[in-house]
Parts: sequence; structure tokens; C-alpha cells
Amino acid sequence: MKKISVYQIAYKNLLRKRTRSLLTIVGIGLSAWVLASLLGFNRGYESALKKDIDNMGFQVLVTAKGCPYEAATLMLKGGTGLRYMSEGVVEDILKHPEVEKVTPMLMQAVFDPERGDSGAISAYLGVDPATFPQMKAFLKFKQGGWFSDSEARQAVLGYEAAELEQREVGDMLLIPDKNIELTVVGILARSGTQDDGTIFVPIRMLQKEFGETGKLTAVGIKVDRRGDIAALENKLYDLPDVQVVSLAQVKNTIMSLVATAKVMVLSIAVIAILIAMVGVVNTILMSVFERVQEIGIMKSMGAMPGDIFRMIWTETVILCLLGGTLGVLLAFGLAKVTDLFVRRLLPYTPTGSLVIVGLGLGLTTLAIVIVIGLVSGVYPAWRAARMRPLESIRSEGE
Amino acid sequence: MTNQTETVLRAVDLRKVYRRGSEEIVAVDDVSLRVARGEFISFIGPSGSGKTTLINLLGCLDNATSGSLEVGGEQIFGSRSLSEKALTRIRRRVFGYIFQRFYLVPTLTLYENIVMPFAFYRKSDADVDPMAIIRFLGLENRLRHRPGELSGGEMQRVAIARALVNKPEILLADEPTGNLDSARSQEIGGILKSLNEKEGMTVLLVTHNPAIAALAGRAVTLSDGRIVG
Repeated sequence: MKKISVYQIAYKNLLRKRTRSLLTIVGIGLSAWVLASLLGFNRGYESALKKDIDNMGFQVLVTAKGCPYEAATLMLKGGTGLRYMSEGVVEDILKHPEVEKVTPMLMQAVFDPERGDSGAISAYLGVDPATFPQMKAFLKFKQGGWFSDSEARQAVLGYEAAELEQREVGDMLLIPDKNIELTVVGILARSGTQDDGTIFVPIRMLQKEFGETGKLTAVGIKVDRRGDIAALENKLYDLPDVQVVSLAQVKNTIMSLVATAKVMVLSIAVIAILIAMVGVVNTILMSVFERVQEIGIMKSMGAMPGDIFRMIWTETVILCLLGGTLGVLLAFGLAKVTDLFVRRLLPYTPTGSLVIVGLGLGLTTLAIVIVIGLVSGVYPAWRAARMRPLESIRSEGE
Repeated sequence: MTNQTETVLRAVDLRKVYRRGSEEIVAVDDVSLRVARGEFISFIGPSGSGKTTLINLLGCLDNATSGSLEVGGEQIFGSRSLSEKALTRIRRRVFGYIFQRFYLVPTLTLYENIVMPFAFYRKSDADVDPMAIIRFLGLENRLRHRPGELSGGEMQRVAIARALVNKPEILLADEPTGNLDSARSQEIGGILKSLNEKEGMTVLLVTHNPAIAALAGRAVTLSDGRIVG
């Protein structure tokens, strides 16, 4: 004999008011999407930030006191505000046993009247071809390679810088104002870091052409694997007129700034989930009240309170399972859109994926939504289970 | 063969009082009744005479204010009362219910509506043969249809099949023809008569329809909650 189960009855009950069931599923789906995206953001942001910092190739940056140490800050300042250290600082830094490698850098910026509608600042990062490529071993070339020597009039362009300047290997690149022509010898593959937008030039040539011989704006330090970064930082503060930027410290500062945003987003997610819960309770309770007589008949034909409870609870779980699945699929499918949205909201965002939604996270979200469904279903299921058969059959619906 | 000397239901001094504010309404007033296995009894009387209340008490769907009831020798209420779970088990084993309204689940097919009781408890396939009941009621060509696609008479036949699928000892029918025209009423009456005569099923029928009431072997007339004939 072919039978029907409580679960089949529960599923078919949901088909009775399809629009209502569908809207409830969509409500749960949207909440699950917010939740999965938030969890994905929590994971993605930290990992992207860590990757960005690791991809800088050094853990500690020493700059002259007051000198902007990021190209973006330099641009904001209109290319001014550079402060210099003597090259001698490299020797002082190398004396510390924690230091594994160092690479000197010189940042220079000029106004380029040809860029954009009313001109813009072009920045050049002078690097040492003997040490910089070793620290940035992860950088790959799309075309060409590094400079032949540190005094050559050559340039290596980051992926986006090459697209912006519309240059290929062998093309010439003019440093405006100074009228220096450089040969493009290499174009980097996309790295997903700020190096993509950088124009690298040999440090000695830059020092000479800009009249800053013997001067540096920054020194990148790679700390020995066993070295204590915090102890090294303290020692470096003893050097005159330098500031020490620990990238771990930068990461912590950014993470604490972002924590506020996370709390806000978490609050929104909690509110969305509460609204979805109320929606589920409302839908199931309405559906119970509409079926009071049917439930009475089921009880008269031998259904125990536990059977009715199970049936109503199953309806809730089906709604939450479908809504949760929809939400997780949305989170997977729209991760890039969420990424763009979050980028607009936050003052600073690292370059990698900000929202990482993986299988584990999808399953976690689904589990959370189902637990919420189980909790939401308790009251309607309890109301239905405690109905007395005769009173229910006689009822005209509440 | 049925043994009409065996008592399946015995009610003694059953009384049911409802309260409406400060007013007391006596729906069933000291009713005593013995039902033998295989009997077909119709309960007749004017509206408000207590027919439905009495049949609900006899069918263990309601508790009496006082008096006692035995079903198959087991005391349901009286000196001791059964728990709701125990009552549910008796409803499963002993009774099949048919009401004036059919209360079919609209999203289930005819077949699923009929076998729905087995969603709540198991019975071995040897004890259950829904197709025999379906064929008996002439519904075999409508198994995949949903209630919305059936006529009133067909829906009541489905409700009867659902009540019978568990092979109950006693069929309780409360105004089963109340929503049907006279031809469909006769058809349903004929089914109840046939179940009683051919299957030996005990049938307790509440009806306003004298023609249907006449099909029963015994008529119990109620007035103001009392048996008057």
C-alpha cells in the first residue's frame, strides 16, 4: 500500500497559499543573503588585508618623520610633503640582527598637465633592482623584466599604470616637467595590490635626475622569521628623525576601524533575521488558524499532539531550508556586487576579494537559518498540537 | 456474521452541561444507552435536541460532565477518565468519523486524503486494503483528482473512505447528507446501509432526513437532551 507521510502533508500544505509561502521564502532568503555576505565579509576583509600587507614584501617600513608613505596619501597632498632620510640609515638598520633584508626607496611626484582635463600628479617610485625584486618575488611580468642597472633611464609599469599610460615594452615614457625620457622595459602582470598602479624606476637615476642624490623617502625591512618585530620597531625609534610603520600595526588599526562597520552590519543582519523570524511565525500561525478544522479532523482520525507538532514544525523547516538555500545562492552569485557595495561604504578597502563565500560558510548560514526556523516554528506548532479535536472541528477559524 | 448481543458501547446517565456566562445549558441530560455490535442506530430529533453532542460523547470526541461511558468494555470516563493519548488510541482503533462537511485537504489527491490516517500511525499492509474500500465506494477512477475537482457526493464518499480505511468497529456519521441533494443523500444512505448489512459495521447516524433515518434498524429520538423514544 502506498502511504503518505507527515512530511509530505506538510510540504503540500505549503502549496496551498503559494504566494504567501513564496514571499516568506524570499524574506528568509534575503535575510540569509545578508547573513552569509556578512560572514563572508568578516572572513574576506581580514584575509584581503593580510594578503595586501604580505604582498608588500616587507613587514616594517621606515620613513622620514612626517613623510607620507603611500602613493595615495602623496596624491592627496598634491605631490608635496615629501621628507627625506639619508642613505646612511640603511647601514644603521642592517646592524640589527632581526633584519633579514632591506630595500631603499625614493618616491617622487610631478605635476603632469597632459593628464586628465586639468592635469594630475604622476608619482614615481625609485627602487633598487638588486634588492627590491627579491622582496617582491611574487610580482610576475606580463612583458619584459626589471631594469638592467640602478642608473638606467628605464621604467617598469604596474598592470594598471601600463593601461592608463597605454604603454608596452619598448615604448618611451616621458617624466613631465623634467623632460626625461624613459624606456619601458617591463610591464607587471596584475597582482591585485597597489603595485598595479605604480611606475617603478631605478633609484639611482631618480635620485640623480630629481637632484636628491643620497636621499631616500622609505626603507622597506623584511624581518627574520625568528625576529621579534615589536622589539625591532622599538630599536628603530632610536634612529634620528624617522618614523617606523609596522604593517602589522597598520593592519590592526584598519581592522579596529572596520570593526565599527562590522558591528553596524551585524546589527542590520540581526534585525533582518528577527524580521524574517516574525514573518515565519506569522505565516505558519496564519496557516494553522486557517486549518483549525482540518487539524481537528486529523486528531479525530488518530493524530497525536506530537504528530501535529511535527507536521507544523516541518512546514517551518521547509520554508527556512528553501529560504536559506536561496539566500546562500544569492550570496554566492552576488558576492561581486556585495563586494562593490562594501567598497563604496568603507573608507579603506584592501585590493583582494572582500566577500568570500565558500561552501563551509554556505552550510553554516543554512544551519543558522534552520535553527532559527526550528525556534520560530515552536509556538505555531505548539498552538496546533494542543488543539482539542472537537473544539477544532466546531471552530469556524480564529 | 455479527453478534448483536455483544455490547460495543454502553453509556450510563450521561450528562453534558455547557456554560454560557452565568447560564447553564444542558445539552445531554441523563442519557443511558447500550449499542450492540452490528447495530445501525439513527439519532433523530429537532435542532438543539442534543443529537450531535451525544454522538460526540459516544465517539470519545468530548468529555461528559457526569455519567460513564464504556467502549468495548473499557471505561472512557466515569469513575476514572482516560488521558488524551489513550483517547487518541481508542479513536484510532474503534471509531471512524464522518461529518456534514467533508474536511478534505485540498492539496492532497483523493487517494492521499483517504490514506492520511496512516501518516499518524502504522498498521500492517495485511490489515489495511484501501483499494477495496475505494472500489466499494466507486472512487477507483478518481484517485489522482484533488477535492476541488469532485462533486459534493464524491467528496462525501472520499470522507467515508477515509473514515473506513482503518477498519473501525464503529462508524459515527453526523449529518453526512446535510450538504447533499436528495439523490446524493440516498446514495450515501445506501452506502451506510450496505456497510452495516454486508460488513457488519456498527453505524451511529445523526440525521434530520427521515428517509435516511428510516434505513437504520433502530431510531433514537431526542428532545431537550433526553431520549424520548
